[in-house]
Amino acid sequence: MRKSETPVRISAAGSAALSQRHGRTLGQRILDNWQLYALLAIPVILTVVYKYIPMYGIQIAFRDFDSNLGFTRSPWVGFNWFIRFFKAPTFWRMMKNTVLISFYGLLWSFPIPIILSLIINQVRFHRFKRVVQTVLYAPHFISVMVICGMIKIFLSPSGGLLNLILGTQIDFLTQSEAFRTIYIASGIWQDAGWGCIIYLATLANVDPGLYEAAKMDGASVFQRILNIDIPELLPMAILNLIMAAGGIMNVGFEKVWLLQTDLNKATSDVIAVYVYQQGIENAKYSYSTAVGLFNTAINIVLLIIVNKIASKASDVQFV
Amino acid sequence: MASASAVKKKSAGLSDRTSDIILVAICTVVLLIVAYPLYYVLVASFSDPYDVYAGKTFLLPSGFTFDGYKAVFADPKIVSGFLNSVKYTVIGTIFSVVMLYITAYPLAQKDLPGRKWISLFFVITMYFGGGLIPTYLVVKATGLTGSMWSLFLPGGVGVGNMIIVRNYFQNSIPHDLVEASEIDGCSKFRTFLSVVIPLSMPILAVQAVFAMVAYWNDWFTAMIYLGGKGEPLPLVLRGILIKSSAATEQASMISGGYAELNKQTELIKFCSMIVAAVPMLIAYPYVQKYFEKGFMAGAVKG
Repeated sequence: MRKSETPVRISAAGSAALSQRHGRTLGQRILDNWQLYALLAIPVILTVVYKYIPMYGIQIAFRDFDSNLGFTRSPWVGFNWFIRFFKAPTFWRMMKNTVLISFYGLLWSFPIPIILSLIINQVRFHRFKRVVQTVLYAPHFISVMVICGMIKIFLSPSGGLLNLILGTQIDFLTQSEAFRTIYIASGIWQDAGWGCIIYLATLANVDPGLYEAAKMDGASVFQRILNIDIPELLPMAILNLIMAAGGIMNVGFEKVWLLQTDLNKATSDVIAVYVYQQGIENAKYSYSTAVGLFNTAINIVLLIIVNKIASKASDVQFV
Repeated sequence: MASASAVKKKSAGLSDRTSDIILVAICTVVLLIVAYPLYYVLVASFSDPYDVYAGKTFLLPSGFTFDGYKAVFADPKIVSGFLNSVKYTVIGTIFSVVMLYITAYPLAQKDLPGRKWISLFFVITMYFGGGLIPTYLVVKATGLTGSMWSLFLPGGVGVGNMIIVRNYFQNSIPHDLVEASEIDGCSKFRTFLSVVIPLSMPILAVQAVFAMVAYWNDWFTAMIYLGGKGEPLPLVLRGILIKSSAATEQASMISGGYAELNKQTELIKFCSMIVAAVPMLIAYPYVQKYFEKGFMAGAVKG
């Protein structure tokens, strides 16, 4: 937007006022901006009430919460809830499942968007490229509920698409060995295309002259990807990897819960589902909060570790 | 870029023409993998469920029928779920976008006293939160449970998106323009309404679509806060797609009247998924060209 298009013209009085604006006291500047503070008031209040007060309420993880007494007056029980969680019969199973689903998920779903965007970026037919992008983004806009419905129907032993193709009658969702694959593969199907956006945007910044020069030197497409595109993507890819590694305990609740059956629990039982079941279904508020807090604590430790690694790596990689 | 010098001269690699073909071929395969499951559901929604079960609908509908859609739109639960979802999506989208704008705009003003602290106040909530139960207890204590506002208010400001919008205000709306309009007598609020908002339409469109998709697809918040009242479409679908599947599987073994009932249930599954997915699939291509821009605006430090 160029300046000349503005419908507002600066009058003589205005420019006099402009020169007066600078060098005012803090109090005057705050008064000047009262309307902006008024705008901020609503989001600030909502954030205090629904974000900061719950943060303060985390202390019920160390108390025996009683709704009549509230967050701060319920009796103190120390680490009882945590100890109870560590002694829970499914504790190790949940830890293992949470970490494994995340780890394998990261292993598969991290490289695929990078590879896809490297390929899409080199396609020279713009209309085709656009169609590919549009279709690849589509699953991201579909509700997890519909995705899980599709998974259930496709994997159904009677007339499900996969069984029709394989000519079998296997009920995949009752097989605990299949759960992680189902979870991760459907995740890739839904979000790998969406994950390309950030990489495609990065690749769009590559100087076209660089490709021209490479072409003059006789570089093939593969060599251009290897020597121009990959180095360009590397910083962004490392950043994404670090962020993802920091969230390794964050297995999404929704899909696991919807796809869980009694028979695949050996691999589908994860902490997030436990937090929901104990807290919302069984109303064990303090216990559930303690389990959630334990999960968050591991995440924070992981985040600090990967941040350390990142700052070390950045000395080598980025400078 | 030092890497360019690493490119070898006179490569014996593939010609551009051959590699074009390979690239297009790979893209086409990926395209089919992504599109086919959706296409299959669409085809099945128009087909006789027996033919779907028999594997006759891989490419085209078999026993073409509109019965499924007729049943879907005659089902009071699905219809009310659909209408609830429309209501929540419209109100929620307006709420979210207004919240984003009234937060991002003041914080984009470099001369606003306390700007850094207020920004930090919001950004902290991106990394730390109260978790499921403390948040639930606060929502309950503030009397929102059972009301549609429980879907909007606790979400507050989407901080990540707010930063994207703030950066857009900072980098793409000329500060002179804002200053000029203020000097000519517009109040801060007036400037925001008549100068800033019209200039930020691309980012507004993207944010509106993101919010729309989030509210249309949300069911978890509705499940824990609404207490069964005014269920949105995805929660109604849960009853149809997830809970019922074990029962229908058994029913499919039984013939006769049961099978007839079951036939319609099976059709409804496909049709209701299409009804739930299609509105958003129609919406996003309109703002697709702004996606990359939106992401890059977020990547720039502000």
